[in-house]
Amino acid sequence: MITFEGVTKRYPGGTVALDDVSLDCPTGRITVFVGTSGGGKTTALRTINRMVEPTSGRVLIDGQDVRERKPAELRRGIGYVIQHAGLFPHRTILNNITTVPDLVGWNKKKARDRALELMERVGLEPAMAKRYPFQLSGGQQQRVGVARALAADPPIMLMDEPFSAVDPVVRAELQDEFLRLQDELHKTIVFVTHDIDEAIKLGDRIAVFQTGGKLVQLDSPENLLAHPADDFVAGFIGQNRGIRTLSFAATDGLRLSDEAVRPASADAAEAAGPEWVLVVDDDRRPLGWARTAEAAGPLGEARLSPVGPTFQVGTDSVRVALDAAVLSPSGLAVGVDDSGAVVGTAAGTDLLTVPTHGTRDGTDADDDAPTLSKEGG
Amino acid sequence: MNDLWNQVDLFWTWLTASSQWHGGDGIPHRLLQHVYYSGVSLACAAVIGLALGLIVGHTGRGGFLAITVANIARAVPTFGLVLFVVVIEYSITPVLIALVALAVPPILVNTFEGVRGVDADAKDAARGMGMTGWGVLWQVELPMALPLILLGLRTSAIQVVATATIAAYPGFGGLGRYIIDGLARNDYQLVVGGTVLVVLLAVIVQLVFAALRRLVISPGLLGSASSS
Repeated sequence: MITFEGVTKRYPGGTVALDDVSLDCPTGRITVFVGTSGGGKTTALRTINRMVEPTSGRVLIDGQDVRERKPAELRRGIGYVIQHAGLFPHRTILNNITTVPDLVGWNKKKARDRALELMERVGLEPAMAKRYPFQLSGGQQQRVGVARALAADPPIMLMDEPFSAVDPVVRAELQDEFLRLQDELHKTIVFVTHDIDEAIKLGDRIAVFQTGGKLVQLDSPENLLAHPADDFVAGFIGQNRGIRTLSFAATDGLRLSDEAVRPASADAAEAAGPEWVLVVDDDRRPLGWARTAEAAGPLGEARLSPVGPTFQVGTDSVRVALDAAVLSPSGLAVGVDDSGAVVGTAAGTDLLTVPTHGTRDGTDADDDAPTLSKEGG
Repeated sequence: MNDLWNQVDLFWTWLTASSQWHGGDGIPHRLLQHVYYSGVSLACAAVIGLALGLIVGHTGRGGFLAITVANIARAVPTFGLVLFVVVIEYSITPVLIALVALAVPPILVNTFEGVRGVDADAKDAARGMGMTGWGVLWQVELPMALPLILLGLRTSAIQVVATATIAAYPGFGGLGRYIIDGLARNDYQLVVGGTVLVVLLAVIVQLVFAALRRLVISPGLLGSASSS
């Protein structure tokens, strides 16, 4: 656990980068510092590894004041990832990754094996070990940056806008892999970003900083979306708060209907009923949508409209399901299981009956309520 | 073209005369003197220029002062310095001091600029991962500044090799001997011979530094420089 106790950073000249910030970053969780530029989020991160010394207040790691330890020694126990990776251009990828193991005196073989293991973990080909940073793409460099920070297996990781400098597609990829990695490693992570969507996607807890270094809200992503503390936070979160809240509503409790699902062998004449039916094969994999009014003979031979996006029941959120419903020719979202077999369909309006605690009832400000993902309808 | 050929011919007959290869006035002896003066001066200048450049570049303090002093030093005519110092003490030392003074500025300025120009993110990452100040200097700043540092050393080395001819003026030999004697005696062949030897030595210095560049600079730095 990382604890900020009344941390203030005032620079000579009067600029206040951090204003009496108190917060906890729980062990094994991702705490995201988010805010406008000049909000002090990076300064806050840098007080943890003593890259910045607070003017007043204390930063504690598991109850111990960071100032009780020498900066270099403290930092070797904390992973550090920065925006442009900050790789050493004169060192090979392997030697970049072994930086901290080399500093703390691991033997060569152990450091090398560890580096190769980490390269695989972050999705880099072993052949890249001997290359130099300039030979890698931005996304690959950032992966090396993460591997380098993980090399000596520090319990804490500080990540300062690590994915901001890559294009949106690569960023989404890196974010997904980062979450997958965190599922295995359970590090205590402090993650700085200016991108609220990234914060909501990655954070277990989000700390919103306002210009002048004030912490305005510390909350779960769900609660942040549902109950922004003030106009600044609401404005910062931006448009579509309500829809985005659905990202936290799970689909495993949805009532899915089998009414519009037909096997390919069924005859169009028997399909009467709904305007559109979903034709599935023997393994219940979706083949496409058939308009009952137009079809004749076996449905498998009818002209089918593409299935479009589907959602995986239990894994994807209601937001994904709603998206699928909107894009489906029939207006029905197709729910599949992990093998891709159709579980059932749901109409867009059915999806919205999922209790969306807090967004449907604006007066409900009970922050201690369990997350709405457990309250399937 | 014809003119050039004549000079090459002139140089060749001079170079291949057997008398040139023996004794205190022979080419090997003069060449050795010249290389010795140049080497000693360059070594001293490298120690001073590198140390100051690394310290100033790493700490970021005193940069303006160091660069200003270095540039003023560049403007001092070496020849005048030699005469001035020789008047005070007649020995080879003043000559070497003059050569060192000539060689320090390029090394100092390039080292300083090289270290100062090291990618801020790389330095931040180095510090953030727990390198000490010395660690950052030796493991990050110095290797990353090496291309510029070598350039400074090469510039100085070539200047020193060319200027070490002044050692002959107060009578300490070296390849400058041929040039000064030739000029005094209106012996054109001697002037050309000495000059060509100095030029050849400078070319060898170039080649040595080209080899050093491949040897000591990380391919990671050379590759990115050529691709960008």
